[in-house]
Amino acid sequence: MSTADAPPLAGPGDPAVRAAAQLVRDLPPSPALWCDGLRKRYGRRTAVDGVSLSVGRGEVVGLLGPNGAGKTTVIKMLLGLVRPDCGEVMVLGRPGSDPAARAGVGYLPELFRYQPWLTAAEVLGLHVRLAGADIPRDEQHGCLELVGLAARADDRVGGFSKGMQQRLGLAVALVARPELVVLDEPTSALDPLGRADVRDVVLSLRGRGVAVLLNSHLIGEVERVCDRVVVLDRGRVAASGTLAELLGRREVRLHLTALGADGQARLAAAGPVEREGEWFTVGLSAEDDGTTVPDLVRDLVALGARVHAVEPARISLEERLLGILRAGAGDRS
Amino acid sequence: MTTRTVLTVAGLTLREAARRRVVWALLALTVVLLALSAWGFSKLVGLDTELGTMTSGEARLVASLLLNLIMFGLSLIAAIGTAFLAGPTLAGELESGQALVILARPVRRSSVLLGKWLGLVAFGGGYVVLAGLAQILVVAATVGYWPPAPATGLALLAAETVVLLTLALLLSSVVSTMASGIVAVGLFGATWVAGVVGGIGGALGNDGVESVGTVSRILLPTDGLWRGAMSAFQDPIALVQMGPGEGGFPFLSEATLSPAYLAWAAVWIAMVWALTALSFSRRDV
Repeated sequence: MSTADAPPLAGPGDPAVRAAAQLVRDLPPSPALWCDGLRKRYGRRTAVDGVSLSVGRGEVVGLLGPNGAGKTTVIKMLLGLVRPDCGEVMVLGRPGSDPAARAGVGYLPELFRYQPWLTAAEVLGLHVRLAGADIPRDEQHGCLELVGLAARADDRVGGFSKGMQQRLGLAVALVARPELVVLDEPTSALDPLGRADVRDVVLSLRGRGVAVLLNSHLIGEVERVCDRVVVLDRGRVAASGTLAELLGRREVRLHLTALGADGQARLAAAGPVEREGEWFTVGLSAEDDGTTVPDLVRDLVALGARVHAVEPARISLEERLLGILRAGAGDRS
Repeated sequence: MTTRTVLTVAGLTLREAARRRVVWALLALTVVLLALSAWGFSKLVGLDTELGTMTSGEARLVASLLLNLIMFGLSLIAAIGTAFLAGPTLAGELESGQALVILARPVRRSSVLLGKWLGLVAFGGGYVVLAGLAQILVVAATVGYWPPAPATGLALLAAETVVLLTLALLLSSVVSTMASGIVAVGLFGATWVAGVVGGIGGALGNDGVESVGTVSRILLPTDGLWRGAMSAFQDPIALVQMGPGEGGFPFLSEATLSPAYLAWAAVWIAMVWALTALSFSRRDV
């Protein structure tokens, strides 16, 4: 086709072009991180088997699972450090195979070392240049201040303790104004104070709309800061969802005496029951509208049971995680 | 993005050489070598031998022989220095987790590799050229000998260093840190010995033995480039005086390099570099 036959190019003032541009602007932003069907084998061992997950913009997602579940391998595949055998990765709206996709990513690896012959400030400067960002020196120093290393800015990294290296790693992950921060065991070498600092950093990132993928063994930490949790077990996603979804099952503990067979049947009708002497724990369904417990107590009293105590109980993420992992182990055996 | 990465990594590599005291160790070693050679060369003039005082022609012959010997020493220092610097560059950084934080940035692995390679080339090549030039000046000042083509000779010495460090980089992307340095220096030495063996074969008129040198010079161009450098440093009359039967002498070279061989050396470097880039880009870190 010659150029003479081509339809005239639409200019920027064309209403159709303006409408299309508006349409694109109004599209929801792509997830900060998205992967589908990631697989990785090392020799005969399958490390990651069909993992799909996504982290929305400004969302904090926790990655949980036992040792060897494939969490670090998944993170490395998301960041292009390990080649997946199959599967797709998108980082901040670009394919993961494109290095430019990582321009807005800050990463704190689990096991790492910085050039021991550089000072802390020089390490930050190096990473700012590699990220192609233009960050003023004051702001770089601010990052060191944030992790409590301002006084050590001009000391060589070779003399840093493991905990200080981890603090520096956090500063490096934050220095280039990331839109997505991936933290792999960020608190493994930190004292309780350092852990609290990391928690504050993650919460302030969420406040600024920065997405965070947090891999941590410390379930309490994950429970406090994460919007959503993905549980990996043996290379697969064993469970995922918001904390409310995962922890949806609530429990009520009752101290009862003079409980007859009718009363026991009434308890069982409310939910799964566990008994320890005179204490009964009843699991409540997620759809409970708040009437189950009062109705149960009324009926028990009517059936002649004596009610000494009624305590609400919430399953912790730890118990839920153990439940998921044990159920997975049970399925396999 | 690519140019910035290459320059940043090249600068980092040079800074590492400076901070790790490699530069100072090499400088001290070189100064010692230069001082010793200056002392030796100054004794050479008017040396009394059993045959009487050396003529100026004899002194020039010995001077060009010794110059080549010392240049070999310098190229050996540069070879070992860069091979042991290039080894930790890839393998060591992959092992220690230094690569992890760099490669997670928006950088192409080939750009990181090119930056490292350029930094090492600047360091190794720069060292050989500067130390070699200093040695030539020492010889000129003490015995008044000026080699026929010093610039060509120094360039070929630098090229030899580049060949070796490219090999060390390839090795360090596939085997461990220490192994890569040892294997690279070992291959360098083996090729040199094979070249000497080939030279002896040539002098004896044994084609089979001579081909040992030729084949090794093609497989690893360090020895071929070294022989080209020698022929650029030595007094052209020296070889005539030694006679054709002495062609196997390891510190005199018979002929200058052919352009075809130089082109092959360039192709060799490009091929080995491309292999390294391929292996590095596929590697899980």
